[in-house]
Amino acid sequence: MEANYELATGMGEAIKKSIEAEESPVGREVLAELVANSELALTESVPICQDTGLAVVYLELGQDVHVVDGDLYLAIDEGVRQGYQEGYLRKSVVSDPLLRQNTGDNTPAFIRVQIVPGDKLRIHLLPKGGGSENVSRLAMLKPAQGVAGVKDFVLSTVDKAGGNACPPYVVGVGIGGTFDECAFLAKRALMRPVGSPSPRPHLAELEQELLASINDLGIGPQGYGGRVTALAVHIEASPTHIACLPVAVNLSCHALRHKMREI
Amino acid sequence: MFEITTPFSDDLVELLRAGDRVVLSGVIYTARDAAHARMAEALRAGEELPFPLAGNVIYYVGPAPAKPGWAVGSAGPTTSGRMDSYTPELLRLGLKGMIGKGARSEEVKAALREYKAVYFAATGGAGALLAKRVVRARVIAYPDLGPEAVHEFVVDKLPLTVVNDMYGGDLYLDGRRRYARQR
Ligand code: SF4
Repeated sequence: MEANYELATGMGEAIKKSIEAEESPVGREVLAELVANSELALTESVPICQDTGLAVVYLELGQDVHVVDGDLYLAIDEGVRQGYQEGYLRKSVVSDPLLRQNTGDNTPAFIRVQIVPGDKLRIHLLPKGGGSENVSRLAMLKPAQGVAGVKDFVLSTVDKAGGNACPPYVVGVGIGGTFDECAFLAKRALMRPVGSPSPRPHLAELEQELLASINDLGIGPQGYGGRVTALAVHIEASPTHIACLPVAVNLSCHALRHKMREI
Repeated sequence: MFEITTPFSDDLVELLRAGDRVVLSGVIYTARDAAHARMAEALRAGEELPFPLAGNVIYYVGPAPAKPGWAVGSAGPTTSGRMDSYTPELLRLGLKGMIGKGARSEEVKAALREYKAVYFAATGGAGALLAKRVVRARVIAYPDLGPEAVHEFVVDKLPLTVVNDMYGGDLYLDGRRRYARQR
């Protein structure tokens, strides 16, 4: 519930700071509206955005943790059901992609589990709206295309998204892995505190370079033209096949929402 | 900043230019994907639409449920492009304005010119702020569609930006051109 009333760590500050950088007067007005909106949502406990998203859940499950008393997946769905009902959140899930019947309670959650060392369970919740999910993309590049190919793909993804997915964006990029893992890396990148650099120097440098190029596109807040198109680029990378260079871009709108709890 | 009210006359539409910031008051109607599909079906079958199009404005929104004390839950715009295929016909029948977010097709822009109408963007994702401007809301058609049902909203000073005017102006293109930088 709370995750839908409040912006992710670092996001509010990033939006506020960007007002100074914005040269377009309409852009500055829009950014100020976003600040006012998130403050209103927090004080009144209402969702920041009506698209309260799919409940994307990522569990880092310590290998020494033993889950007792029932099915963990069902427990998460029950939590989603209660949270979306009691929290006046919109129900945005259809049970079949072609038949398109609303499930009525925003279940199922979209759950991914990773086993990690330790005896803790870390639960990430990322309510993910449809608008910014729809403009996300994945490509299997040739290794010879290298870092230039990756840059082109990220830029062209944001370029195509234009103003459609509520900029300013946070851009999650996955590089490497398998076809499916790459997409997940891009999503996981959105769970980092906004603007926190990659611990790997070559990736941190690429993040900065991409951010500058994206902001040169001129899309601006809401796509009305301006300096601030993205607030941050986060890259996650993983080993991959000698013949592969997968790259995935998962965009988040300014309504980036993320909560993490450790138990 | 213009203050405008619904329904719209041609004279009013003629005044609006891409990039203008306006506040809108009066009655507007909500419809998104599923409601548009139903309205298209109704037109094909020769049935009446749930609300009169002439002079009116459609808001592309599927609001979140209302909390006690609020007329409506968070109510920001959805991406308008998904409604593009339905729009020219609605404009031909007298629809004067649409509120959404994101770019429209060439067909829609041409229809705005031909039938004198205007496309506004509301700040996408400012759902709480926009909901505060909705004074009254009620479902008037397709209640089975849940958030996608057609609502009648009475709004007071809803803040909007003109994106496409009836002269071919397009804020998404013009704005971007102004701020793009080549390296
Ligand atoms: S893209 Fe984000 S801010 Fe925009 S409508 Fe969707 S969830 Fe809300």
